[in-house]
Parts: sequence; C-alpha cells; structure tokens
Amino acid sequence: MAKRIDVSGLTAYYGAHKAIEDITMHVEPGAVTAFIGPSGCGKSTFLRTLNRMHEVTPGGRVEGRVLLDNEDLYGPGVDPVSVRRTIGMVFQRPNPFPTMSIYDNVAAGIRLNGGARRKSEMDELVERNLRGANLWNEVKDRLARPGSGLSGGQQQRLCIARATAVAPDVLLMDEPCSALDPVSTLAIEDLIDKLKSEYTIVIVTHNMQQAARVSDRTAFFNLAAIGQPGKLIEIDDTQQIFSNPSVQATEDYISGRFG
Amino acid sequence: MSQTSHTTVKSAPAAADVRPKTLRPPRLPRWSLAALLLGSAAVGVAAGLLGGLESRAQWGLIAALVFVVARFALTSAVEGRRQAVDRLAATLVWASFVLAMLPLASLLWETVSRGGPGVDWYFLTHSMNGVLSWQDGGGIYHALLGTVQQVALASVLAIPVGLLTAVYLVEYGRGRLAKAITFFVDVMTGIPSIVAGLFVLSLWIMMLDLGYSGFAGALALSILMMPIVVRSTEEMLKLVPGELREASLALGIPKWRTILKVVLPTAIGGITTGVMLALARIAGETAPIILLVFGNNMINANVFEGAQSSLPLYVYEQWAYGTEAAYDRAWAAALVLIALVMILNLVARGIARWKAPKTGR
Repeated sequence: MAKRIDVSGLTAYYGAHKAIEDITMHVEPGAVTAFIGPSGCGKSTFLRTLNRMHEVTPGGRVEGRVLLDNEDLYGPGVDPVSVRRTIGMVFQRPNPFPTMSIYDNVAAGIRLNGGARRKSEMDELVERNLRGANLWNEVKDRLARPGSGLSGGQQQRLCIARATAVAPDVLLMDEPCSALDPVSTLAIEDLIDKLKSEYTIVIVTHNMQQAARVSDRTAFFNLAAIGQPGKLIEIDDTQQIFSNPSVQATEDYISGRFG
Repeated sequence: MSQTSHTTVKSAPAAADVRPKTLRPPRLPRWSLAALLLGSAAVGVAAGLLGGLESRAQWGLIAALVFVVARFALTSAVEGRRQAVDRLAATLVWASFVLAMLPLASLLWETVSRGGPGVDWYFLTHSMNGVLSWQDGGGIYHALLGTVQQVALASVLAIPVGLLTAVYLVEYGRGRLAKAITFFVDVMTGIPSIVAGLFVLSLWIMMLDLGYSGFAGALALSILMMPIVVRSTEEMLKLVPGELREASLALGIPKWRTILKVVLPTAIGGITTGVMLALARIAGETAPIILLVFGNNMINANVFEGAQSSLPLYVYEQWAYGTEAAYDRAWAAALVLIALVMILNLVARGIARWKAPKTGR
C-alpha cells in the first residue's frame, strides 16, 4: 500500500556539521519522486532520514518531523526497525548478501525478521518478487547459486526484489543505476515504472535524463557553498521543473550552466 | 608567461631522457639464470675449498652473494638499470622465502624422521603408568587426553568471550569503555604464559585452595587465548563492508540479527583462522601446565579434579629423563602434537570454506 510522506522543518547533522537544513516537502503516494542536485547537496542524506537510516551513521542526528500518513517517524516510542520494515531502501552499489544464495537473498527480509513461512509459500513469495523485479527468467534455474555471481545489473534487480519482498509501503532508491551500464539502467527504469503502482518511490539520481524519464515529481537540492548545509530549492511536477522551473538556479543546473 | 615557456623548453629534453629508444630492448637469454646459479655455486664451492672454510653455510653464503652481485651487474650491463633493480628485488623476495621455509622444513623433517617410528597404535592408546624412564614402551594416551580436554575447555571459555568482545568493539563500542577494552586486550596479548599461570595459581590454588586440575590449566590457557581471538575477530569484522550492514538494517532487520546472520557469516572464514591460530598457540603451552596441571603418568579422565598431563608437558618430561627410550617418546609425542594442531586446523578451514561467502556463477 503506497503511503504519503510529509516532511516539515527537517534538519540533519553529522556530528557538529549540518548537512541539510530546514526541508519541507510532500512526497505523493503511488508516484515517483526524483531528487536531483549537485554532489554534496544532501540528497542522499535526506533520503536516509526518510527511513531512519541516517542515525545509523555515527554522529548522525535529525531534527524536524517526517509524517508517514500522519504518523511521525521521529515521534516518541517509534521503533526505527519498524520504520525500516515499512520503508525499504535500495543502495547505490548492488549489495546482495555474499553468504546467501539468490533465493535466500530474496527470502532474507522475511526470514531474518523471524517470519516463518511454509516452503511452498516462501517459494511463491520469492518467485513473485523476482518476477516483480524482472529477474525471474534470468535466474530461475540457478536460485541456489550465490547472489554475488550475478552481473551488476542483475544484482541490483536482486536487491530490489529483496527490498520488495518485505512488502514495504515506500521504496527509497539511492542512485540505483549509477554503477550500471545503459542496458541495465533501462531494465531498472522499466522496473521503477512498473513498481510505482504499488509503492511510493523516491529516487536520488545524478542523471537528469533519468529523472525526466522515470519521475512524476522532481525536487531540486542545492548548497550555497562547500561546507554549507544543503537546501531544497524547489519541488514541482517533473514536466514543470524541466520545462519552466520557477527558480533560476534550477534552470541553470538543468541546462548545465553550473554543477 | 616567459616563465611558462622557459619550463616547457627545459622539460622537453628531460622527457626525451626517459623515453625508451626502442620497444625491443636487449634481453638476457633464458638460460642465463641457470648458468648464473651454477656459476655462483661453483664459485662458492671453489672459494670454500681454496679458503679452507669448514662450514657449508659459509659456502652457501658466498655463492648467494656472488649470485646476487653477478646477476645485478650482468642485468645492469645488458638490460639496463630498471630491469637490474627488478631482478635484485625478485632475488631478495625469493631469498626471504627460502630463509623462512628452511627452519619450517627442517623442523618438520626432524620431527617426522625422529618421531615417526615411535608413533603407533600402542603408543597412542597407553599411558606411562609403571613404565620407567629407560624402558621401552609406554605411550601418550594420558597426555593426549589431557591436551584435548584442556584445550577444549579453554576454547569453550575463551572463544565466546573473545567473539562477543570483538562484536562489542566493532559494532557497538564507542567512547571510553571501548578504548579501555582495546587497551587491556593489547596488554593481555603481551602477557607471558608463565604469568598467566602464576595468576591462576595464586587465585585458584593458593587463595581458593582448590587442587591441581586440568581445569585450572584451562583457565590460564583461556587467558592466553582470549586476546588473540578478540584481536583477530575484530580485524575480520572491520573488513565486512558497511554496505552489507546497511542493506540488512534497511530491510528492517534488527541490529543483533544483522550481526548474527549477515556480519558474522561474512567474516566466518577469517574468524576461524584467527581462532585456530589462538588454539595452536595454547596447545603448545607448557609453563602454565607445569604450574597448574602438575603432570601425571596415569590416565586421569576427570579434567576438573586431580593432576593431568598434556603433550607439551610430556615432551618436556621425557626429554628431561635423558634416556634413549625417553628421547624417542619425546619426539613421537612432539609429532603427535604437531599433527593434532594441523588436523584441527584443516577441519576448521574445511568448515570455514563450507560456510564462507560463495563466489562464482
């Protein structure tokens, strides 16, 4: 079930360093939202605050509110583990668990959360998620082989299948294609298009064509100078951002006049 | 502006200096290595005979020196300086390898040739009960049993504590406590085995007035084993990429399960090697065993009460008797000790390989 995210007044720190400042935005349910902006502007940091992965980094600290369908993720008594169970994440570099087979990688989220399934149910779940990740036909004959033996693009699709297997409401993707070739990138983009009917998707990308291709809404982040915190410049429909942005900096960035 | 052009003019001939004049520089023929080896060996033998040097080691040393110098000079003259330095470095690497292998090979050869004949089924299954030092016969069953029990007990005590300490240090430890633990683990690594033995002696036998036993020995051995396990496990856990931990946490898997199911399995190969090194070290300890286990010629299968023996202690005792029969027994027991550690090592490596991260398509 896709859910809506409302962020208000969010500031994140690494120790004493303020990485992003005062971000307020809405992420629409069942749509793809892309974050673009120059390196170091805090896109990834912001993404990681959305499922409380930011605080895993030593010194990581967050102020402000993130509402998932009106429930504050940073409210008192909220278990970060439950948050991450609800909001899945795919990382920049494909990172399947090296000790596990392809099958076990997809099943890992359920199994390691203590969810017992009958063999037939688990088989069905693994197949459904691998099909969902457009990977089933490529790996169905070698499910018992290690996941690290796949190609980079296949590994990344395996990671997406692993993330969808725990049935999250939101899927966060941190530059999921930056380590992949164009063919694999296309496969992932097709997949994102397919997944957005079921999940709210947020994707960080350096590739502006990609943002234009896959996203419904685009947020542009920027920072005033090196060492300054990153800020949200604007968020709008992707069409609008790429054709007629309301802020000059956005237009400069998109047209390649800086950054 | 003028400075820039000046630099350009100056650097042009410098670049021409390092440019190779040809893509096919002269090479020494392949047989030159064999010829040099033979030649320098001949020079060594000749110098030894003519100079009346008695030690063969001196002959070898002369030959080696001649080989290094001649090879460097020859390569330098024919192929150039870079290749000569390359050859020199390669020669040094090989020489170091041979130097490191010599004691190992000689030790193995000596132990197998002297101890091998003494190892048979009778030797492995009988104790020294009633066997006098000059008599043939007798065996190591009691010592083998003692070693296996004490090492197993020490491992049971030290491995969980060591593993958990390392997990704490890498996954949880921040601030002063972690620093203090790291410091004391480092200090513990340097504890001489006799000091660990004395510590347990004063605590266990003198203060608590509990008698000699294999368990007391195992306590001292676990003190020696623990820091090695902590150190090696810590290094292995640090090698596990943070991305894997994040991937697991992002699936909503709790931290303790992430450590148990993702981090530890990924590092299991290296951890096993570290544990085996620690085990091999304590299996050969004699000092704390003399102090705490006392030694015994009879079979005592109860590790918690009464004096036991152990293989290193047995070797020491037999050697101290100084008779021909006792020497043979000492060598045979040493061989069994080496074999035991090696078998344990192979088994652990097998398990690690079976459990280790899988690669391949």
